Amino acid sequence: MRKRLWFWQVVLLVALFGFWHVATHPDLIPPFVWDNPNRAAFFFGEPVKIAKVIADWFASGEIYPHLWVTLQETALAFVIGSALGLVIGLWLGLTPFASALLDPYIKAMNAMPRVVLAPIFMVWFGLGIWSKVALGVTLVFFIVFFNVYQGVKEVSPVVLNNATMLGATRRQLLRFVYLPSATSWVFSSLHTSVGMAFVGAVVGEYLGSAKGVGYLIHMAEGSFDINTVFAGILVLTIFALVLDFAVSVAERRLLVWRPTQGETEPQL
Amino acid sequence: MTASVSLEKVTCTFAARSGDGHYTAVKDVDLAIADGEFVSVVGPTGCGKSTLLNVAAGLLRPSSGHVRIHGEPLAGINRRAGYMFQAEALMPWRSALENVTAGLEFRGEGREAARTKGEDWLARVGLAGFGDRYPHQLSGGMRKRVSLAQMLILDPQILLMDEPFSALDVQTRQLMENELLELWSADRKSVIFITHDLEEAISLSDRVVVLSAGPATRPIGEYVIDLPRPRDVSEIRLSPRFIELHDRIWHAMKDEVLKGYQQTRNRTTS
Repeated sequence: MRKRLWFWQVVLLVALFGFWHVATHPDLIPPFVWDNPNRAAFFFGEPVKIAKVIADWFASGEIYPHLWVTLQETALAFVIGSALGLVIGLWLGLTPFASALLDPYIKAMNAMPRVVLAPIFMVWFGLGIWSKVALGVTLVFFIVFFNVYQGVKEVSPVVLNNATMLGATRRQLLRFVYLPSATSWVFSSLHTSVGMAFVGAVVGEYLGSAKGVGYLIHMAEGSFDINTVFAGILVLTIFALVLDFAVSVAERRLLVWRPTQGETEPQL
Repeated sequence: MTASVSLEKVTCTFAARSGDGHYTAVKDVDLAIADGEFVSVVGPTGCGKSTLLNVAAGLLRPSSGHVRIHGEPLAGINRRAGYMFQAEALMPWRSALENVTAGLEFRGEGREAARTKGEDWLARVGLAGFGDRYPHQLSGGMRKRVSLAQMLILDPQILLMDEPFSALDVQTRQLMENELLELWSADRKSVIFITHDLEEAISLSDRVVVLSAGPATRPIGEYVIDLPRPRDVSEIRLSPRFIELHDRIWHAMKDEVLKGYQQTRNRTTS
């Protein structure tokens, strides 16, 4: 079953690229939208040329520093954004006055499209990686913050009372009950927040930088080199898939205590 | 002799959830548990039994009245008491062993010493070798055993138990009751055991206290259970004395519950 699924997924992929190739390669089929046979390739690129660009990037090693920069930005944005979201989520979750006071500000900041902050961050942090990290942080922070805030509010009162009866002080409740419970909420939003960190990094690079995959795409766009643009997009997509896979692996290892569906319970 | 736990004229009034009315859960409750005594408190579901237990634990401050623990007035959390909750109370992110040793960790005991003690207690509740399982990997009965070990490892002088086995099936429940009695008989702690199951109450206890239906719950009868120990909870249910006691308590309980029901009905119609 699984093998068959794999097989059809590969067939679909090949078919998609095949269709792309046939529809864009000049003179392979009679032109049906534009009069000029080269027009389709101009708008949509050609898979064979795109593959050649990607192969060249990896063969010459030219792509690695760019990927490395994007990865660094993503990782930093994720770590810093998550840490801030965790700390502030815990704090506001546990102090009703502060959360009531800051509520409208948090709502306003979350409602604001964060991308418009990119130019400001470039002024503040320059064109290096930190302006992209800052943009990613503003995206990651709110996801983690809202999850942790909700998680703190929903800690089981019975578990809290039980820990209290077992002698936990307020500080110990924070460390042994609230923090682990909140951390589990951070992990449950892991896929979304890593994705957002990645978006922040790439958009930041696209808007102004000297390195990174977003920068490559932006440069190619400037010279109407559509094949390189598509090559950049493909590399980013594959990179995102690899990231997502890594997150899944990390999740499986960190959340062993979580019940998964269909797991049998040993009966005594 | 000073009682191990004594509630004196305890009244708990809560603000009603809707409107500005008040709801009196328990009213003028006097209850004293002697050192080493196993007392069950029975009453209809939702009559404020858990409220009383929370007061004895120090988790809830009574609106009026006093709580004394070994003669001393209780301030804050009752540090001499262990509490076993009705609902799931284990920390899901900690393994069984880590849950059992949580209290020791809060006290600042060394990791190794706590571990050895924890393994020992897991074995005592019949869970040797299950230490690294997480709560969701254990059955309901096993989780209750972990809770029991988690409470007893701190060696509390007073055990407060809030319908701890009510979620279990009958067979597991009787097993757990027998194990509880066996563990208890080793060093005779004072126990307040809340339940709505009269049979469970009689088979475990030295004394059964019957509460009236809420609101304004109060004790309406006390019965000394003079059944011999050690007991086997499934066998003792068949003894003539058990049946006699059960009949007596059940009649008193039924009458009072019906009376309470009539009162509430008259009040609402008039």
